[in-house]
Amino acid sequence: MKPLLRFAGVSLRRGGRLLFEGLDLALHPGEALQVAGPNGSGKSSLIRLAAGLLRQEQGQVDRSPLALADDHIALDRELSLLRALRFWGGGPDAAMDAVGIGHLADVPVRLLSSGQLKRAALARVAASGTPLWLLDEPLNALDADAVARLAELIDAHRTGGGGVLAASHQPLGGNWRKLELTL
Amino acid sequence: MIGALIMRDVRRGFTGAAWLPIAFFLLVATLVPFAIGPDARLLSRIGPGALWIAALTAALLPIERLVEPDRADGVLDQLALHGLAEESVAAGKILAHWLTFAPLLLLSTVPASALLAMDGDALARAEIALAIGTPGLAALAVAVAAVTAGLPRAGSLAGLLLLPLAVPLLIFAVADALLLEAAASLLLTAGAPFVAGAAIRASRT
Repeated sequence: MKPLLRFAGVSLRRGGRLLFEGLDLALHPGEALQVAGPNGSGKSSLIRLAAGLLRQEQGQVDRSPLALADDHIALDRELSLLRALRFWGGGPDAAMDAVGIGHLADVPVRLLSSGQLKRAALARVAASGTPLWLLDEPLNALDADAVARLAELIDAHRTGGGGVLAASHQPLGGNWRKLELTL
Repeated sequence: MIGALIMRDVRRGFTGAAWLPIAFFLLVATLVPFAIGPDARLLSRIGPGALWIAALTAALLPIERLVEPDRADGVLDQLALHGLAEESVAAGKILAHWLTFAPLLLLSTVPASALLAMDGDALARAEIALAIGTPGLAALAVAVAAVTAGLPRAGSLAGLLLLPLAVPLLIFAVADALLLEAAASLLLTAGAPFVAGAAIRASRT
């Protein structure tokens, strides 16, 4: 089976510092991989490299269509949440219900709390319909209810043949393979 | 996706501060008679040049909201993930910026020309020159906005970059060399998406 994401001998340098080199990884459909490691070890950079937003110094990266949720909200603050999410396509309604923000559809984005914005970013990923999800610190600002809902979403996505790559220094619920980055 | 982006930028332009550069343009045009005095012959002679200086300075105002908010909010990243090339994003932003900037500018040139004692002929020539020059000016504004996005003091830096690059437009427009002005405008419009696209890619960290 073709992996959703494959790194072959990948090195990444940021600001003159080598974050990692010779990194090999493969993420197959149904799999979930957690990138762990201390602050500054390159977890976010690895996610952005997987997304194609950064260029590797050496090696090769193959990726399937993907969706990314990171710290940037990428939603128009003056619009209602539903309209702002609709800009990115897909049908966000079901995904909004799944992360528990369905009742906020008409609320302007600028009035939402950071936890609600994080849920909105996760709803955008869930609505994208892409096989590969990249989540950068998905648990930031989430409460216990949202964490449980995220675990359910990820389970459903994996059962449907999707894959998830998440960067987090906290334990994520469920069954994850781990990749430890060091300083 | 590119159509949705253009519609969004136009909507944001008009609900945001599209009137601000126009008010600034009219204000600068109002200052000229105060500075020069009420001599109608003198005013009508310097009128076209004064209009262009007002238009160039007005073009500086929106620069900081053209690219930087979308970079900081991750919109540019998400557009890339949706398969849009940075050059396409820049071209869409240029078109959207032109749509929110140029029609209002052309409209407000009518009262501005009255303030400068320009007759109907001079007004028509100024309108044509502005219509030819504004695509180049909008393209230049987006390119400069992309190059300075995320930098400290981006606003002042943008002025230092944009005004010298707009000099050819200014020279050909006030000299009534419309074909040369069109060439300069076309060159800026064609080159700007590539400059802006490369700048957006380079600004990713």
